[in-house]
Amino acid sequence: MAPTLRVILGKAGPFIGLILVIGLFAAPAETREYFLTYHNFKIILTQTVIVSIGALGMTIIIVSGAIDLSVGSTVALSGVVAALLIQREWGAPATALAAVGVGGLVGLLNGAAVAGLRMPSFIITLGMLGIGRGMAKWLAQNQTVNYDSSPINGWMTTANPSGYALPPGVWVAVALAAGTSLLLRCTVFGRHVFALGSNAAAARLCGVRTVRLQVAIFALAGCFIGLAGLFQLSRLRLGDPTVAVGLELDIIAAVIIGGASLNGGSGTILGSVIGALIMSVLRNGSQQMGWPNYFQEIIIGLVIIVAVFLDRFRRGAKA
Amino acid sequence: MQKSRLRLDGISKSFGATHALRAVSLEVAAGEVHALIGENGAGKSTLLKILSGAHEADAGRMEIDGAPYRPAGPLDARGRGVAMIYQEVNLAPHLSVRENILLGCEPSTLGWIDAAESRRRAQGALTGLGYGHFPLERLAGEFSIAEQQVIEIARALLLQPRVLIMDEPTSSLTKSDTERLFEVIGRLRTQGVSIIYVSHFLEECRRICDRYTVLKDGETVGSGEMGDAGADRLVALMTGRPVADLYPRISRRMGSPVLEVRALARRPRLAPASLRVHEGEIFGLAGLIGAGRTDLLRSIFGLDNADSGDVAVVGQPPARATPGRRWDQGLGFLSENRKEEGLMTNQPIRDNITLTKMRTFGRLGWVSRGRQSAAALRWTAELAIKCRDVDQTTGELSGGNQQKVALARLLEHPARILLLDEPTRGIDVGSKAQIYEIIGRLAAAGKSVVVVSSYLPELLGLCDTIGVMRRGELVAVRPRAEWSEPELLRFAVGRD
Repeated sequence: MAPTLRVILGKAGPFIGLILVIGLFAAPAETREYFLTYHNFKIILTQTVIVSIGALGMTIIIVSGAIDLSVGSTVALSGVVAALLIQREWGAPATALAAVGVGGLVGLLNGAAVAGLRMPSFIITLGMLGIGRGMAKWLAQNQTVNYDSSPINGWMTTANPSGYALPPGVWVAVALAAGTSLLLRCTVFGRHVFALGSNAAAARLCGVRTVRLQVAIFALAGCFIGLAGLFQLSRLRLGDPTVAVGLELDIIAAVIIGGASLNGGSGTILGSVIGALIMSVLRNGSQQMGWPNYFQEIIIGLVIIVAVFLDRFRRGAKA
Repeated sequence: MQKSRLRLDGISKSFGATHALRAVSLEVAAGEVHALIGENGAGKSTLLKILSGAHEADAGRMEIDGAPYRPAGPLDARGRGVAMIYQEVNLAPHLSVRENILLGCEPSTLGWIDAAESRRRAQGALTGLGYGHFPLERLAGEFSIAEQQVIEIARALLLQPRVLIMDEPTSSLTKSDTERLFEVIGRLRTQGVSIIYVSHFLEECRRICDRYTVLKDGETVGSGEMGDAGADRLVALMTGRPVADLYPRISRRMGSPVLEVRALARRPRLAPASLRVHEGEIFGLAGLIGAGRTDLLRSIFGLDNADSGDVAVVGQPPARATPGRRWDQGLGFLSENRKEEGLMTNQPIRDNITLTKMRTFGRLGWVSRGRQSAAALRWTAELAIKCRDVDQTTGELSGGNQQKVALARLLEHPARILLLDEPTRGIDVGSKAQIYEIIGRLAAAGKSVVVVSSYLPELLGLCDTIGVMRRGELVAVRPRAEWSEPELLRFAVGRD
């Protein structure tokens, strides 16, 4: 009995969780009407874009045995930079590239500091959390950066007259998730990320260039986070240096709910994306049930604990 | 024989369809040191877990001093006088010696620890072991492994156990630390404590144990007075076949030099060392733990930076000393620390075997899992690695099979010059014989092997040339024929 249950949980644990939370809100009479509509799912998917793109980068980092606490600040910083560039009449593609570049640069600095100074990523990125936020506020001169209009504003809109088309942000997230999943599973880089997270000493002994790898991991993850910042901008339609405080915790939660281990060496992109979806569905459903904010927060907190507990049960870990 | 202190009768235990133990019996007298011997997987660990309360037996009965013994859990077992010392040290490095010894049973009133009383008890436990001079307030993490083990034993003694189980207590100790441990065991014996002593080192068991029980495939296959049993008989019982000769007797010939190490130094741990290894040669490095053997191998392989000297691989251009370049030059390194440095224990066998050359299993950075599996499969077959399939997580394998996976990585690369640091540490006799045979075959095929080992018979049985290190210095290199065990030891400890 227990072994089969373990196999099922192992293969489809997060997915079962997602179906459970959808079922939870599809059942009550108050929400049944609207919750399961296509339009609502469009909203849920759109609301998941930022966390899930961040979770792609975070999954790579966590699988490698590290952590990034500076995500929220980096999202704000890249959003502010993008907004300033739009003010200076940069085109959408150039602005998008710059936002990704800002994230990548922050990641590069994180990675260089972690690998070069041989310091725990927790400490380095905790420092970067402050530095990034400060930079964002400095560049924005402590106020929101407004601009008239930009095509970027349309990338996350759900108010599409045709009703059915998903906003571009969702498609970008889906495509990147597929690509990152392949990257982790099928490439030398990806397998080395697992090796580093599983046993850094063994990886080094086997000739893996661990310093270079660590820098690459943080830089790549930073690019994802910069992109998340761009979508944050698209959603707000202004550059706000105080946005996304604590976003890193949502993202880490998504990755953990998705089955990754903070010890490194395990985790999947599909799991992390489903983890992000579970949290979005919970938020969306709670709002429709008319539950207050604090109630949602309590539920999500419990979900994290239950998810990790089930995950340990499935691994058969001895406490 | 005295009245028995501990008596196990017909103990059986199954996990699913696997019978881990089948009607095992064991009898230990008061004040007796009893060797529990068996290969890995013979059921020793399961038996110890049943004794220490971590598992419950399916059938059979246990008695201590004539009273039925059925521990509800490890805590209950401790309360009834059965204490266990694990192979790995289990101390809190950030707590003091005193705090570690009293952990879990601190004398206190209303939650306040009674400092004087706790000092007195900790001091008493240490004094009983002959280590009364230990500074009680120093942090446990500042002590050597051997000293930490003493602290653990002191902790176990605090509850005045009647039976003390020691699982591989000497596996990480030097010879002199082992001697000191034996003194401690001697003291405990005179105090009437019964000791169950588990070790792969048969010579040790023969020295300090009064009686023995041999387990094989979950059954008791022999027991008796240690004095009557020769090491050969014990090995025969453990393996089920007479092991006339553990070491390979494959004829081989040394060729031209392939590896040249010139005055390689890494102060203060390694004084300038020079050596030359030939094609088809097995070169042994003997010495005490901490004598610099591992430092020498690691510096050759570029894992540690040498401060002077150089390493030349014949037929290869000089390269920077990094592990990646060394692999490219045809060197391979097997770490003494299988779990912490050798293997990725939570990753599949496939990835572990192919880690050094993943790039070659595909193109443009993509890795073909099929080709990786094919390569790994070849080695699991060739080295007889017992596993479900190459997807299996390496940590699930037995020690011997893990070591074969680690070795397979070097062979898959393929390395021409293999640097093996303690290749048979912590694995059972049967697997050891297999590893020896693999090493012998490799050398016969023209590969060169450098072996570090703390087990002198192994070096004498296996190597063509043996060098001895002492305090960071390579003090002598001679052909095997010119060495004997006492001679090696004499150089290792420095009484020349």
